[in-house]
Amino acid sequence: MDLAFSEEQEMLKKMARDFLTDKFPKTAVKEIEESELGYSPEIWKEMAELGWMGLVFPEEYGGAEMTFLDLAMLLEEMGRACLPGPYFSTVVLGGLPILDAGSEEQKQEYLPKIANGEAIFTLALTESSARYHAAAIEVKAAADNDAYVLNGTKLFVPDANVADYMLVVARTDEKSRGEDGITIFIVDAKSPGISCTVLKTIANDKLCEVVFDQVRVPKGNILGELNQGWSEVKKIIERAAVGKCCEMVGCIQQALDMTVDYAKERKQYDRPIGSFQVIQHYCVDMITDVEGTRLSAYQTAWMISEGLPCTQEVAIAKAWAGEACQRVMALAHQIHGAIGVTIDHDLQYYTRRAKAAEVTFGDASFYREIVAQEMGL
Amino acid sequence: MDFELSEEQHKFRQEVRDFLEEELKQGRWQPSCDAWIMGFDPAFTKRVAQRGWIGLTWPKEHGGQGRSFIDRLILTEEMLRYGAPAACHWFGDRQIGGAIVHYGTEEQKKELLPMILKGEAYVGLGMSEPDAGSDLASLKTRAVEDGDYYVIDGQKTWTSGGSYMNWIYLVARTDPDALKHRGISEFFFETSLPGINVVPIVDITGGVHFNEVFFENVRIPKKCLIGEKNRGFYQILHQLDYERSGMERLMANYPLFEALIQYAKETKRNGKPLSEEPVIRAKLAQLKIELEIGRLHMYRVAVVMDEGRAPNWESSMSKAYGTAFEQHLASAAMEIAGLYGQLSPESKWVPMLGMAYHSYLSSKGYSLQAGTSEILKNILALRKLELPTG
Ligand SMILES: Cc1cc2nc3c(=O)[nH]c(=O)nc-3n(C[C@H](O)[C@H](O)[C@H](O)COP(=O)(O)OP(=O)(O)OC[C@H]3O[C@@H](n4cnc5c(N)ncnc54)[C@H](O)[C@@H]3O)c2cc1C
Repeated sequence: MDLAFSEEQEMLKKMARDFLTDKFPKTAVKEIEESELGYSPEIWKEMAELGWMGLVFPEEYGGAEMTFLDLAMLLEEMGRACLPGPYFSTVVLGGLPILDAGSEEQKQEYLPKIANGEAIFTLALTESSARYHAAAIEVKAAADNDAYVLNGTKLFVPDANVADYMLVVARTDEKSRGEDGITIFIVDAKSPGISCTVLKTIANDKLCEVVFDQVRVPKGNILGELNQGWSEVKKIIERAAVGKCCEMVGCIQQALDMTVDYAKERKQYDRPIGSFQVIQHYCVDMITDVEGTRLSAYQTAWMISEGLPCTQEVAIAKAWAGEACQRVMALAHQIHGAIGVTIDHDLQYYTRRAKAAEVTFGDASFYREIVAQEMGL
Repeated sequence: MDFELSEEQHKFRQEVRDFLEEELKQGRWQPSCDAWIMGFDPAFTKRVAQRGWIGLTWPKEHGGQGRSFIDRLILTEEMLRYGAPAACHWFGDRQIGGAIVHYGTEEQKKELLPMILKGEAYVGLGMSEPDAGSDLASLKTRAVEDGDYYVIDGQKTWTSGGSYMNWIYLVARTDPDALKHRGISEFFFETSLPGINVVPIVDITGGVHFNEVFFENVRIPKKCLIGEKNRGFYQILHQLDYERSGMERLMANYPLFEALIQYAKETKRNGKPLSEEPVIRAKLAQLKIELEIGRLHMYRVAVVMDEGRAPNWESSMSKAYGTAFEQHLASAAMEIAGLYGQLSPESKWVPMLGMAYHSYLSSKGYSLQAGTSEILKNILALRKLELPTG
């Protein structure tokens, strides 16, 4: 067992932190969040030049051929920096599934575009039931000559407002309500019949309602197998859950660091509040939660990197992370006092993101059920 | 022992409900969370005043109704249950009127109490400062005697309702040479005086309800001093027991509780209402259990006050307990809403009118305002359990 990062990984981490700290002071985060696009095209280009979009893709598709574990470290830093924009959507939700399940032709067409920052991807999975179960997929795709015709509404689709392509999870076999009969399509987001409404959210990200009205998608745009898409969707959800856990590690680590600094600095009753035992214990509870989240997040990231099955580990990690984040943020607020419940204080960025991350790609009750199943219950 | 309310009290509750139902029927306001501190509605306050429902517990000779604290609890419980916009009169009614009754001169009582009773004085509480939060006694705002005046200089912060207030209750240092606690006095004066500058602070929900208040060379007549000079800190300790004692520490976001129950009944998942899912049923039932335990705490505080004692540990217990409940409620609502919980009140598809979202963020402050839960627990450890200090 070896829990240390390699030298190259440490370098990547440092480079990422320096870049993100430089580019995303909270004033920039705020401005980008409030902008219509929700990301900065200039910085996006720079990130592509750094090789971040293609980090995990093989060199033949313009990538740097690094591992999911390397990506995990980058995601942690992005969580720490509150990076706004479609990186997660493009790489984790769009690129990796294509690498995983795409035909050679699809890989050649799309991955280089992602790697060089030309194309933004997202995943249109959840619907009005807001659940990550196969039965929740009701958007229909009906065969019509050489195409499929999509109809229905997707909800909580991240970054659809700027996406060039969406992976759309749709039901191709109307007779089935379960895992069979689901297919993933690579859809040009500018196709006629697609309309997108940006929702207003706690994380100030761009979650969208996307309505498909008679949207024609060529048959060649099926990702993976017809009617057998759900097994890939499960992998997408698992990978995304791990990615979220890594972002959450960055998020709560930063909240912890800010809080410990504040506890040392803020004086009441002529002493630092961090000298009160209750505050010390709160900080210790926080770091215990952060470390548990970190260990389990990296365990799963490593397992994915190594291609090991990790359904139970992912379920444990995400169930834990979601609730640990809530505990950590609650204590961070309690220790910060009134200054922390103002919009001008940086803490609120983390509070908001931690809440969104908790429910995205499965909340604790969703994963507890999976753990129970894994236990043979 | 008797846990039952009297027949008059039941009737009174019904009377308050009828009034609030009628208000709703007239469409005069929408129920909302935090309306006791964020819902500023002068006309509503006037209508409440006309019924004699401000100053309910004050002695009759001072224009009050001489009624019990239980009666007031019933009144405030219903106000909170309906999410009524009572912020204009809340502080004056809850603690400042009482402080004037207790510490004020006859002249002050005659002059000041009627304004509160009529619902015309919107009172802000000027206690906290940037460097004096929990440690209130370290406050620096000065009040210096100058002939018939005190001259106020300094800064307050987190003043709830600061942008609406027309009167402020201020604590300031009157003797810089004395020990911290022994050089503080309390004042009550109008905020239209020159030299007062109110700067709103945007809170974590994006709303504005607390403010910075700057005082520069503000001259207030000496008669604005409430109680004894340099004894202000001890007076405040007494007032804080009242500030902490109320139903708003348990039911500030009660409208969310009802909205959540309705949401769970109406929202179907797998063809079944959420309320039939065991995990969710258990969550909702647990909230109800916590709420009812909280109500018992609150009623106990009122009983203590009716017995003529200051609820000096009971209110610390009920406030720390109650605000934790309010936070549980907000978190549970967010959990039950799942992905929908992320949606802000102005978003398409938002459930529960955005109350879960609002409360989730806003409730972070509940366990800070009017004494943090840690300070309250310190008080309990010392005053109630008589544990030794370090
Ligand atoms: C929504 C809201 C409304 C408010 N409205 C008003 C208002 O109208 N008027 C007004 O005057 N003030 C108001 N306040 C301010 C409130 O009274 C203060 O926030 C509170 O007293 C705590 O002070 P602080 O925020 O400076 O935190 P600090 O006192 O700096 O406390 C920071 C942390 O240290 C802990 N701590 C401090 N001392 C100790 C100790 N001895 N032992 C253990 N832990 C300790 C605290 O519990 C907290 O966790 C409001 C605050 C909020 C959040």
